[in-house]
Amino acid sequence: MSETVKTKKVVEDNPVNQYLRLDRMPHIWCPGCGIGTTVNCFARAVSQSVDDLNKVSIVSGIGCTGRVAGYMNLDSFHTTHGRAIPFAIGLKLANPDQKVVVYSGDGDLIAIGGNHFIHAARRNMDLKVVCINNFTYAMTGGQVSPTSPLDTIATTAPYGVYDDVFNLQFLAESIGAVYSARWTATHVTQLTKSMKEMMNKKGFCFIEILSPCPTLFGRRNKIGDGLDHMRIFKEKGKVRKGMAAKDASITDEEFPLGVFVNTERRTYIESMNERYSKVFGPSYEPYPEGE
Amino acid sequence: MKADPKGVLTGTHFLDGDHACCEGALAAGCRFVAGYPITPSTEVVERIAARFPHVGGMFVQMEDEIASSIAILGGAWAGKKVMTVTSGPGLSLMMEHVGLAAISETPCVFVDVQRGGPSTGLPTMPAQADIMQARWGSHGDYEVIALSPNSCQESFDLTITAFNLAEEYRVPVMFMLDECVGHMLEKVVIPEAEKIEVTPRNFTKKKPGEFKLKETDDSMIPEMVKAGDGYNIHVTGLTHDERGYPNLTPKIQDQLVRRICDKIRNNADKLYMAEEIMMDDADIVLVAFGITSRVSMKAIDMAREKGIKVGMLRLQIIWPFPETKIRELSEKIKGFVVPEMNLGQIVLEVERCAAGKVPVVPVSNAGGAVHEPEDIFNAIQGIVK
Ligand code: SF4
Repeated sequence: MSETVKTKKVVEDNPVNQYLRLDRMPHIWCPGCGIGTTVNCFARAVSQSVDDLNKVSIVSGIGCTGRVAGYMNLDSFHTTHGRAIPFAIGLKLANPDQKVVVYSGDGDLIAIGGNHFIHAARRNMDLKVVCINNFTYAMTGGQVSPTSPLDTIATTAPYGVYDDVFNLQFLAESIGAVYSARWTATHVTQLTKSMKEMMNKKGFCFIEILSPCPTLFGRRNKIGDGLDHMRIFKEKGKVRKGMAAKDASITDEEFPLGVFVNTERRTYIESMNERYSKVFGPSYEPYPEGE
Repeated sequence: MKADPKGVLTGTHFLDGDHACCEGALAAGCRFVAGYPITPSTEVVERIAARFPHVGGMFVQMEDEIASSIAILGGAWAGKKVMTVTSGPGLSLMMEHVGLAAISETPCVFVDVQRGGPSTGLPTMPAQADIMQARWGSHGDYEVIALSPNSCQESFDLTITAFNLAEEYRVPVMFMLDECVGHMLEKVVIPEAEKIEVTPRNFTKKKPGEFKLKETDDSMIPEMVKAGDGYNIHVTGLTHDERGYPNLTPKIQDQLVRRICDKIRNNADKLYMAEEIMMDDADIVLVAFGITSRVSMKAIDMAREKGIKVGMLRLQIIWPFPETKIRELSEKIKGFVVPEMNLGQIVLEVERCAAGKVPVVPVSNAGGAVHEPEDIFNAIQGIVK
């Protein structure tokens, strides 16, 4: 009993509480899942980088990570599988004052949503995209995803994965992201810092977070529980300053981490305003560009 | 509320149905459009792209129809009146988001300029074969409102109605042109802004903390908010309770799904919108919509010349289907003839409501060209004999 009371007190005092919908707790995530840790980092990053929380919206697709939007005490949108980015584009373009965060998983953003990811980055849509890369489709029971490492076992790759994976950092760079970073759920300090940078940067920003899914990836692949996977992230995760995104593939030996892209480019709305101002002259009233 | 003059191109114009639809959207206050090119609907978004920079609108051509159909939902939750535009193959791709719009009760307009199908079918030729898809195309139980204009003037007028109904009922509204109405040119009179009634979004006056996203009164239609207003809403495609929070139980499913259906079903009579042509003495009633209703006029003339008393119920709102009207008519007339540019869709509804009381004769046409008036006339004669 005293144990329970003590735990309750600690939870109530948690400074990230105000960013969470406590009336929706407990959440659905398994013990040892990395998603909650990243949400904690995100809440801290938001608390340290945004003054007016009404100006932040969060959009998720479908999957375990797709549930993040629903737990954040922000305007939140839980959309369809793979389509968080185009929903977010609508939300952002129709009200550029909103900072719009997309929080979803590797299957959602990169497989079914891959085309939207490409075009949103190409056009430098002012979105902040967080991808939890847990190497699998977790919500549906552990199927192979575009980031499932070679030779790992998935329910739909029962004899081991044989198709090559995406290096998401190289992908993000090549399609025009202005900011792209990779961290793991173990690297909470760096991740929080990176998320703060993302919150204050204009344009298409992307953060990939390697995250344990003990229930459907870890156990099946003899990695063990969440903590064991975190330990691997700690061992193999190497911060590589100056490494080119194209060289940042995840291998058996090493998970290259860090900020691989950090550049500037005019956003979609800025490009549009530039064009129309040129064509229509001073009669054109520029479309709001947001902060 | 009156229309914003900024979007209203007052005057007499010579427009095709697609362009008239675009002007209707502008007059209705639409300021966010996401679309993807597809024949025969592309003219709508082409004109939007040309017009929007001058009215403060945002048009974005997305990478596909799936993206377009959900970008508009984002736009709606940012507070804008929104629309997407497509034709059959695109409408098939958009269906998941018709469902998301229905369950999240997002006001939006889907324009479908119908061409022959299935699949790529007849890209440049007319059909009216998406009528059932407009009603049933997304999975699960839900309701939409669908309208069908039969002239360029009506393409303008009814587009405004479509936007107004989307706001009033918070459903996806399907605006069903056919290629003929989309591409034919006619005189279109656009009135002054102060003569155009538009329905504003029903934003809540409740304060954050008092407001529940899906709480309703007897109207069964909840009030709206938008992102950034401080309400910290949660909008989800999962089954959800009054707060908008996921609640995956049979009880909440029953409450939610019944309500989003009943808010339309219970208002079906209020949503009756049809032109009743020569109905006073009619023994036989044609039920038609879109371009087919205009071809049918010729068949009515032919029949009337022969002394056959034929009238027409020309549907402007197709969904919800005018059940009461068809039931009443089947008590007093001798039969229905249902010409439509498909192999039998609305005729099923007429049959259902006529319930065997009078004959219901389809005049089907697989698309590509409008009916021959003689075919419709022959069906009328068939009932007389
Ligand atoms: S299944 Fe995996 S990803 Fe999903 S909550 Fe459990 S541990 Fe996390």
